[in-house]
Amino acid sequence: MTVLIDNPPPISPPPQQAPRHHYLNSGYSFRSWFLTTDHKRIAILYLLSITFFFSIGGLAATIVRLDLMTPQADLVQTETYNKLFTAHGVIMVFFFLVPSIPSVLGNFLVPLMVGARDLAFPKLNLLSWYIYVLGGLFTLYALLAGGVDTGWTFYAPYSSTYSNTYVMATAIGIFITGFSSILTGLNFIVTIHKMRAPGLTWFRLPLFIWSTYATSLIMVLGTPVLAISLFLVAMERFLGIGIFDPRLGGDPILFQHLFWFYSHPAVYIMILPSMGVVSEIIPCFSRKRPFGYAAIGLSSFGIAVFSFLVWGHHMFVSGQSVYAGLVFSLLSYLVAVPSAIKVFNWTASLHKGSISFETPMLYALGFVGLFTLGGLTGLFVAALAVDVHVHDTYFVVAHFHYIMVGGAVMGYLGGIHFWWSKMTGRLYPEGWARFSAILIFVGFNLTFFPQYILGYLGMPRRYHVYPAEFQVLNVMSSAGASILAVGYFFPFTYLLWSLRFGKIASANPWRAAGLEWQTTSPPPTENFEVTPIVVDEAYDYRRIDGPPADGGAP
Amino acid sequence: MIDDGFRLLPEQASTHAPRVDLLYYFLLGMAAFVTVLVAALIVYFAIKYRSGNVRADRTAVRNNAMVLEIAWTVIPLLISLGIFGWGATLYFTGSRPPAGAMQLRVVAKQWMWKFQHPGGRREINELHVPLGQPIKLTMISQDVIHSLFVPAFRIKQDVLPGSYADCWFEATRTGDFHLFCAEYCGTNHSRMTGRVVVLEPADYQAWLEGGHANEPPAVAGKRLFEELRCATCHSPQIAPVRCPPLQNVYGRDVLLRDDQVVTADENYLRESILRPAAKVVKGYEPLMPSFDGQVDEEQLIQLIAYIKSLATP
Repeated sequence: MTVLIDNPPPISPPPQQAPRHHYLNSGYSFRSWFLTTDHKRIAILYLLSITFFFSIGGLAATIVRLDLMTPQADLVQTETYNKLFTAHGVIMVFFFLVPSIPSVLGNFLVPLMVGARDLAFPKLNLLSWYIYVLGGLFTLYALLAGGVDTGWTFYAPYSSTYSNTYVMATAIGIFITGFSSILTGLNFIVTIHKMRAPGLTWFRLPLFIWSTYATSLIMVLGTPVLAISLFLVAMERFLGIGIFDPRLGGDPILFQHLFWFYSHPAVYIMILPSMGVVSEIIPCFSRKRPFGYAAIGLSSFGIAVFSFLVWGHHMFVSGQSVYAGLVFSLLSYLVAVPSAIKVFNWTASLHKGSISFETPMLYALGFVGLFTLGGLTGLFVAALAVDVHVHDTYFVVAHFHYIMVGGAVMGYLGGIHFWWSKMTGRLYPEGWARFSAILIFVGFNLTFFPQYILGYLGMPRRYHVYPAEFQVLNVMSSAGASILAVGYFFPFTYLLWSLRFGKIASANPWRAAGLEWQTTSPPPTENFEVTPIVVDEAYDYRRIDGPPADGGAP
Repeated sequence: MIDDGFRLLPEQASTHAPRVDLLYYFLLGMAAFVTVLVAALIVYFAIKYRSGNVRADRTAVRNNAMVLEIAWTVIPLLISLGIFGWGATLYFTGSRPPAGAMQLRVVAKQWMWKFQHPGGRREINELHVPLGQPIKLTMISQDVIHSLFVPAFRIKQDVLPGSYADCWFEATRTGDFHLFCAEYCGTNHSRMTGRVVVLEPADYQAWLEGGHANEPPAVAGKRLFEELRCATCHSPQIAPVRCPPLQNVYGRDVLLRDDQVVTADENYLRESILRPAAKVVKGYEPLMPSFDGQVDEEQLIQLIAYIKSLATP
């Protein structure tokens, strides 16, 4: 992307004179952080809060995996076990994965990538963080007061009538947090439409913006349905209005329709932004334009549209009609196609590149591999007769962890490493970072691959005690989880360390082409000294690197 | 057999299991092929075009190729549609019990499975069935949603409160097999398990006769029908005036007051006992009182069995 400032675009910018004014040192007071409307500071607030929730969710998973080392219930009581897997699911889905990339990287990068001063509605952006925190506090209260045991799916009538735990406090927390998603999505949509720099046409946008836009559409259109479902659960629980419980004249399958109408698209809220991150990293570290820019960008919209039409594939054995099952299975195969398109285009993007293997690239390549495996097992669970067998077993658990952890979390970590220097002005230690990226990849596969086998053997999910023949695979999975936990601990440590001891970063340490790299690291509060004018499409690595050294070309 | 040995694939013990496994093996093969293809390409490109390799030919780079894009859109689409058709066909047969299947009744509750055989014999958390005979389970829950799962048979069906759900299987091997609740149903979900015992037909007969003598459901239903004074209106002997006759109602199409037509299946009969005003037959007034709260799920099953027994073939 060419940026016309006064001088030709700087490839290695001039050394910065300290102390330079930037968004991090522009104020140290409580007010300057907690009443800020700077999208970059709000991104940092989100980073801290979602890391906090990730740690809690991870701790719950650790206890679950420890307990599953033996077939008996010997570490915690069954009530506690049920509350732990519920806490893990609720916190990881609603308070980590859904906000992760959009609220941290999206908040930080969307204005920078479109060449704007801030998001369209900066105060709304701050409000969405406060709403998120308020929702989080409700959920934390539920957790500390005694927990919830419904599973993150809140299936009625168990959740609406039978469970004696803090269902409503948790549901209110999720209900509130949903508004944070809606506001963030709205902000992104308006910003991307109205605030692009001169010359930045739709087909010159970075692919991260395309995927963030598609994600925002799902957030705005899908989240209200989740709010409605939880509201109806509250009506039944508090007022005894029969909506889901057949004893009150309700229909339990109705809850599942409403819940998955949001929660299936929510899977794409989690994975689409990661796809966007990977679409930025791969071109940078192979020094060339991505293969099939339009196909990658448009397939994000294909995914967003189809994601709303496949919710019934969670319900093949629920008692919905056989014909509904057939339709939802067919539509589920159609959503697989845009995902396949992306994988093949990323792979083809490597062809004739000049590839180096810094940490973000390791995460991106890991993402492609794990997402491929997760996506392919999606074909298994969409096949009706196979799903009847593997539904509600560990096969499904493995499948969605390959997408949400192997996909979404790998993409998130790749993005954090890729843009860390831009966010903080410091470089992270490359050796440690590569080591932990590999550790996470190995630990992840050891944790979740055995769960595919467990699932096909028939081990149901959410089982505290299980038959002894499943123990070997469970021990393997728990061993992998311990490696994964160590792998996650490293970035947490060295990224903190780098804030003080990391090398000072230049404006563009990766020599990347995006607009966000054309400003200083960390950027000034107003992002760009001069409004950039864009005259070329994204990913113009030929201009930065010069023509390829064709030494050896026959 | 339930054993503690380590294995990678579950055993096949129903007519349905090998068919599902065949599709599973096909999917495994395809997934392995695509994974290896993508991984091999990534590794090959990563090595050949590593930045240190200055001798690699990087001229004539292409950033798009319509032929490739169409190829990797259309080929996955066709493969997907093939898998869809295969899986859908199996699912369809798997959800249609063959005529002549032996019907067993299942009532699920937190946290146990109750089974009743056609002759009346009951058991809890164990299900004895004969080999080589199609078995249809008609299931209902007394409280929350449960799900009956027998991995060795490759069957699973959610058991709902408020309406009957069916599933069927035909066992092909004798022995004990795991029976799980697959839908999370509260504290002791993971203890809501049991076993299916598949016996030779002769052994099954012997087993049936070995237990306590239980009334067949239709007989119990008849007694209940009298106790609840249903016969005041629905007398099986004389043609009733205030209500439609019950004699041949099961399985027939019924014309309702709002001119809709419903099939009088088990769910319809159940609803008509609990909420009689919901679907009133054309030509009659909604006079019948509700029996909601007066009969439990097992008694409802008995009443329906009795009404079914009134049908003249």
